[in-house]
Amino acid sequence: MSDSAAHLSITELQRDYRSGKRTPVEALTDVIEAIEKKDPGVGAYLSLESGIALRDAENADVTLPLGGIPIAVKDLINVKGQDCSCASKFLQSAYTSTYDATVISRLRKAGAIPLGRTNMDEFAMGSSTENSGIKLARNPWDADRIPGGSSGGSAIAVANDTAIAALGSDTGGSIRQPASFCGSVGLKPTYGRVSRFGLVAFASSLDQIGPMTKTSEDAALLLSIMSGSDPLDSTSLSDAVPDYLNELNGEIKGLRIGLPVEYFTHGIDPGVRQCVEDAVSHLEKLGAEVIEVSLPHTEYAIATYYIIATAEASANLARFDGVRYGNRAPDPNDIIDHYRRTRAAGFGDEVKRRIILGTYVLSSGYNDAYYVRAQKVRTLIRQDFTAAFEQADVLVSPTAPTPAFKIGEKSGDPLQMYLADIFTIAANLAGICGASTPCGLVESDSGTQLPVGLQVLGPPLGEGTVLKVTDAFEKTTNWHRRPC
Amino acid sequence: MAEEKIDVNYVAHLARLELSADEVALFSRQLDDILGYVRQLEQLDVENIEPMAHATPVYDVMREDHARLSSGTESALANAPERNSDQFRVTRVVDS
Repeated sequence: MSDSAAHLSITELQRDYRSGKRTPVEALTDVIEAIEKKDPGVGAYLSLESGIALRDAENADVTLPLGGIPIAVKDLINVKGQDCSCASKFLQSAYTSTYDATVISRLRKAGAIPLGRTNMDEFAMGSSTENSGIKLARNPWDADRIPGGSSGGSAIAVANDTAIAALGSDTGGSIRQPASFCGSVGLKPTYGRVSRFGLVAFASSLDQIGPMTKTSEDAALLLSIMSGSDPLDSTSLSDAVPDYLNELNGEIKGLRIGLPVEYFTHGIDPGVRQCVEDAVSHLEKLGAEVIEVSLPHTEYAIATYYIIATAEASANLARFDGVRYGNRAPDPNDIIDHYRRTRAAGFGDEVKRRIILGTYVLSSGYNDAYYVRAQKVRTLIRQDFTAAFEQADVLVSPTAPTPAFKIGEKSGDPLQMYLADIFTIAANLAGICGASTPCGLVESDSGTQLPVGLQVLGPPLGEGTVLKVTDAFEKTTNWHRRPC
Repeated sequence: MAEEKIDVNYVAHLARLELSADEVALFSRQLDDILGYVRQLEQLDVENIEPMAHATPVYDVMREDHARLSSGTESALANAPERNSDQFRVTRVVDS
């Protein structure tokens, strides 16, 4: 196994292809073997498309930017001919994609091979992957703990060396937080940077697809290919897409790093705090200038998010009516009974809770008090970031206040689960970009080592600067390549 | 903001979700907790603040209006739970 391609990054694998050391078929065979051996213990994958992928690998053109590179895909991104269940019983074995999401067509055109579907919280609603309607996922560092969520499967697969790279989606931290808990790299692009066409919508004003990788270099490579305007998504940005790899020059001398004071006062685990403070000192040694900034409306971000996200979700999930796709409840008395029982049988508890909450905050008599007020606070939160980015080039914080928590620890108390998203959620409300990269390990009370993530936030379209910082950090620390 | 408790049965009906009595009891308690938490937004003065629906300015995106192929009947019907020739079969919507 030691020479297996499964532990390689994209850029390492490309080097091997181009030198003739490996072929795409050999590499893919290694990854499939690693999945068969290691995935049953952690549940990162929901399904695998080995046959089609191997056929694609035989015909791969390794001169293309991602020629012959297998990619794991979160189970809410459409890949033509593959099942797409969003880890929901509603769609399980009842929906096969009839088209490719724009990110998938772009990655295919660059030569990448979609390999399998990764586990997640149902419809991306959750922070632990415990809401998967299909199977339990476990943290590869400690099997009694959650991998984070909602893109838990993608984070596990990358950290566990059962994927070369993966795609996730981030609505309130769903790429960054699982990356932090599993020890992988994850990037949430600026809202609109990457087309959402073919992403099953959770909260349309917050959702973004992003790369989950072993290195920031790989994230830069994938982002360069995934980004850009798309006639099929009118919210996609038309700004030119740079080659993000060119931005990774290691030069962070004089770069202004802001530490949001409000992000260092909330009950942060002492081990996490230590790792992040050490990381900040390290960035200072590399020449960055560290200053304090303020994001005064931080304490209102979670409340704002859970009104806006659930309101949008309640509207988006109205399409799951059991008419055009999905599992339909048998023998309905009438159309209302058809809807009520079809949706009751298909959705899990968290999805039901969020649909009810979202319907409530939008309902007659409550819309102004909850939804419109939350939209106004959203403006205040965005203004906080605009002001902070006048003083600092990037903001740095822990990705999450604690390392991975235990399976079952928060699943009975949804509000406690929501509060764990405190450091990631505001970036989605403001539409800015951000990444998480590993910055240390802490010892858990059961004696296991758990990874800690460093979050680097950037202004709109600041992905190049964010990745320059995380890349410079990775290349001088190597926390991101510690085997789990 | 309203202080009254959420009527989960009524809202679930609006959202076309059938709930068991146990689910109504559980969700009522959990959603009251969550609504109690989100009511902290009342503390803020938002009098002259514009509501924000999108993180980036959203504007109409125009394109040339020309005909192109759509996905086609078979593809559209490929995932239908029930079909009748070239149509989705649905539960009766009007009284007979």
